[in-house]
Amino acid sequence: MDTPDVIIRKCEELAFDLNFTRAKEWKAQDASRVLVGNMPIYFPRELVHAANGLCVGILGGGDKKLIIKGDAYYQSYICHMPRSIVELVLDGHFEGFDGFIFPSICDVIRNLSGMFQLMGKGTFVKYLDYPQNFSASVSEDFYINELQYVLDQIYAINKVEVTAERLKNSIQLYNKNRSLITELYDIRQQFPWRLTAADVYHIVRAGYVIPVEEHNEILEAMIQHIQVDRGKPVDKIKVMVMGAFCEQPPVGLIKTIEMAGCYIIEDDFLLGARWVQGDIETTSGNPMHDLCMAYLEKSTFSSSVYDVNNPKENRLMELIKKRKVDGIIFAAPSFCDPALLDHPILQKACNDHHVRFISFLYSENTGQFKVIKEQVGTFSDSIKLWDEPVVINNL
Amino acid sequence: MSTGVAKEKSMIIQKEMIAQLSKELSMAKDTGKKVVYTFVPGNISELILSFDMLPVYPEINALQSGMRKKSEGFIRGAEKHGHSEDVCTYVKCDVGMMLAGNIGPNGETVPPPDLLLLSYTGCFTFMKWFETLERLYPGVPVALLHTPYQEAGHITPEMTAYMVKQLKEEVIPKMEKVSGKKYDEEKLKMHLRNSSKVEESIIKIFDSTKNRPSPIDAYFAGVYYIGPINNGFRGTSEAVDYYDELYKEIMVRVQKGLGPITPEGEIEEERFRLVVEGPPNWTHFREFWKLFYDMGAVIVASSYTKVGGVYDMGFRVNPDKPLESLAEYCMNCYTNLNLNQRVDLLSNCITKFHADGFLVNSIKSCNSFSAGQLMIMQQLERKLEIPVGFIESDLVDPRYFSYSNIKNRLESFFQMLEQRKLMVK
Repeated sequence: MDTPDVIIRKCEELAFDLNFTRAKEWKAQDASRVLVGNMPIYFPRELVHAANGLCVGILGGGDKKLIIKGDAYYQSYICHMPRSIVELVLDGHFEGFDGFIFPSICDVIRNLSGMFQLMGKGTFVKYLDYPQNFSASVSEDFYINELQYVLDQIYAINKVEVTAERLKNSIQLYNKNRSLITELYDIRQQFPWRLTAADVYHIVRAGYVIPVEEHNEILEAMIQHIQVDRGKPVDKIKVMVMGAFCEQPPVGLIKTIEMAGCYIIEDDFLLGARWVQGDIETTSGNPMHDLCMAYLEKSTFSSSVYDVNNPKENRLMELIKKRKVDGIIFAAPSFCDPALLDHPILQKACNDHHVRFISFLYSENTGQFKVIKEQVGTFSDSIKLWDEPVVINNL
Repeated sequence: MSTGVAKEKSMIIQKEMIAQLSKELSMAKDTGKKVVYTFVPGNISELILSFDMLPVYPEINALQSGMRKKSEGFIRGAEKHGHSEDVCTYVKCDVGMMLAGNIGPNGETVPPPDLLLLSYTGCFTFMKWFETLERLYPGVPVALLHTPYQEAGHITPEMTAYMVKQLKEEVIPKMEKVSGKKYDEEKLKMHLRNSSKVEESIIKIFDSTKNRPSPIDAYFAGVYYIGPINNGFRGTSEAVDYYDELYKEIMVRVQKGLGPITPEGEIEEERFRLVVEGPPNWTHFREFWKLFYDMGAVIVASSYTKVGGVYDMGFRVNPDKPLESLAEYCMNCYTNLNLNQRVDLLSNCITKFHADGFLVNSIKSCNSFSAGQLMIMQQLERKLEIPVGFIESDLVDPRYFSYSNIKNRLESFFQMLEQRKLMVK
């Protein structure tokens, strides 16, 4: 088994390999394999896996890609990630990809799907409309039809029939993946010094660009390593970072928060990997139905979902309670309507429940962290020196 | 430019219609009429009216606040309340107005909602907007109508079935509960018959720009023409009468060879014919328009006038299939079209109305329009070899309206069009 440092280094390389080398190698091994790029936040990757495909998370160029042409496609007041995705398209990073999926999370991602259509990228481009009505009687048929469309598109490419057995097997593999990631977070909640937040980020993000079987092996190995103590505990507060579910923060920002006196115990950086809360049932004999019900009944909360009957501020408070954090850092990308329009709602809930928070904006290629470090450091100091532990009652 | 503006009959009718609705709204508490907040794109007002409820459109309140120079204060109020500078200013203007007592742009109190009808079509921010309103009006029920996007460039039977299910299982039961009335399909059909007539009239009205000179400006005046159908009168006999009258007036203008009416009189010489993409700026609407009519620039088609419904491609509501028809209407609004469809639609407008140029007014607040606009522009330039121009402003935040920047860009654009005309000659 590789040492923790070797695993982390490998994950870091995989996570930020903007040429998607491992995914392309995987595809090259079998003519019936397909690569499907998916934008944030969530897509049931099990579906593509069952069709002998690999879902590759497209999370922008971060601070690793110089934007030259992408800026010509977007006005200055639109978030940064789509312009780096366009830059990656124009520089040929997605050559060999068969299709692209754009989950319905905001108008910018929606219209980016249209830009991919106009650019003629991939054999198919699918804007996947997730139902916002969470009643199965209203939404199940529609959602299954959306998923079936993706399967039909892949079938047209590779002629691989997705049987119930294949899909069930894929669901089980991803159930294991979600469970391992949850275990990683759970251990870190108790022993945050054993892995840094940046390490966790790299490990989870690596799973966006490699087969799930390989990612499960990485996670199992890493979990085994951190069963025993490594690193030294430091007197830091525990925080949750919210708002970064689509355009990813630069790793420098994650490191800065931890260097400034915080352990990031919970976050929504790579929320898609943890979207479904708990296992997807596989006992109904109809795995498409199971996938659908997982979305309708086991989705986490997010700025892109309006679950009228399940207010997100309550779910945020429940998560704070579960993770026992000392405060929240609202870190959202500039010009992100979904995240920023949630801030007054979530921050009011924080005030009502005496949860401390700070808030700042970033962009995927932010390079200066000094001001953020000072802000986070002050936040951390103020909680350490003067604050009572958070106690949330009466949700 | 001829001087003096005589108000035409249709203008007076529209003013009376809006005043009447405003009065009804201000008296809603006394009359017991229930109030439904909803949005212009995908506004299923026929259904609201069939329950004898009154619609309120927060984005109309916001744009009118912008025109009456009240929006800046409201926006700053919302920002003090925690809203980011980066987000949609319609939302902030509405939230700010509510926080300041919900006094509408005309000075009348806007009644609080009895139902929030979140029919969100082509704009994701609508959903966020009503999440905010739901918290500001605790206890008010939300009826959510999710309109699937035309991502593949057409409406599938599954999309329609999904919307009809939502109407039957979510929207109508909530309307019945709030209004205390049973769903009356015959009444809905009656309203839809009126809508169908109005949709025919609207097409004829906007098709009149084929004439030279164009008798109307399809953007700056166009936003007034679409006022009644988008602001409470969709499905009413008043709207049928208004659009009949408007069409008659326009035909008279065509017969007399007259150009469009502006706030400073008629345009006497039509120098440039343009197609415009994107909403207008509301805070400096007059100054903005003047930049065009001073140069003899007439807008012969605009995407914004299709935001509350696209009828150019043959869609009409069908009273015989009322719920299916409401669903398809919602899915056919402009911002619910994919970029390919938008390019085709704009391209048809440019060709059909013999436009000399294509202009984008890119709005900071509105990603639904703005994201992808530069690519639309590029596509049209390549496809039609037409001169294209680009300006930026905002809906209702005056801080983002830079008169000189816009003027400079427009002057360059008009020079380019002039040169092009000379070259073509």
